[in-house]
Amino acid sequence: MSDDIKPRIRVPAKAARGEVIEVKTLITHPMESGQRRDADGKLVPRKIVAGFAATYNGKPVIDLTMEPAISANPYLAFYLKVDEPGTLKLTWTDDDKKSWSTEAKIEIG
Amino acid sequence: MTASVSLGRRTLSAGGLAAIALAMAPRELRASPEQARAWLLGKVKGAPVEGKLAIRAPEIAENGLAVPITVSVDAPITAGSHVQAIYVAADGNPDPGAASWRLSPLAGRAEVQMRMRLAATQKVWAVAETSDGQVFIASREVKVTIGGCGG
Repeated sequence: MSDDIKPRIRVPAKAARGEVIEVKTLITHPMESGQRRDADGKLVPRKIVAGFAATYNGKPVIDLTMEPAISANPYLAFYLKVDEPGTLKLTWTDDDKKSWSTEAKIEIG
Repeated sequence: MTASVSLGRRTLSAGGLAAIALAMAPRELRASPEQARAWLLGKVKGAPVEGKLAIRAPEIAENGLAVPITVSVDAPITAGSHVQAIYVAADGNPDPGAASWRLSPLAGRAEVQMRMRLAATQKVWAVAETSDGQVFIASREVKVTIGGCGG
């Protein structure tokens, strides 16, 4: 099941220096809320991707803590000010401290 | 002796009913606007004011499983001030909290998007905090046709 978990990122490949660009991202994950009951009426244990962080050239941009009220396959969008070419790195972390990362390079042009 | 046993049975029976009521309660349990505000305001220092903070959401969400929510703050990023946190909650879900965003000045614009589960028609709440201590609050009702916490 972990193999089904795929992070995706969409950003422009190029930006003008100082431009603020939108970062759109999604990770496939069921985000089991811990509030749902199975067919036998038992609560299904919580297992969500609670942590998300974005860095640009290693510097923090966004840090997010999600609660079970965030939808399955969480889609997130935010902005990044591009002052220099670099690498945007996104990392998700689940309740078991398992993490997934993806990167995108952005050029100035 | 007989009396005490029968009393014991009655006590047990009442206890049993209470246990059943408790077991059923979580399905009906909903946060309140007070709990949502308490969750949000527990994250920040200072008294919140309205204005500058906007929540964009559909007026009617047919599917409460994934309701698009955008929270934006009309505050420029200057050397002395930027929006450093945005907190999002909902007052009709089992738990009020939804998301805690921390933003650095590199975020460029104080606007974030996410998708939320909304169990029923309710208000989404947001609080934003700037690095120089300003706190803004806003809420917006979303009517939900099919709730987002079903099993």
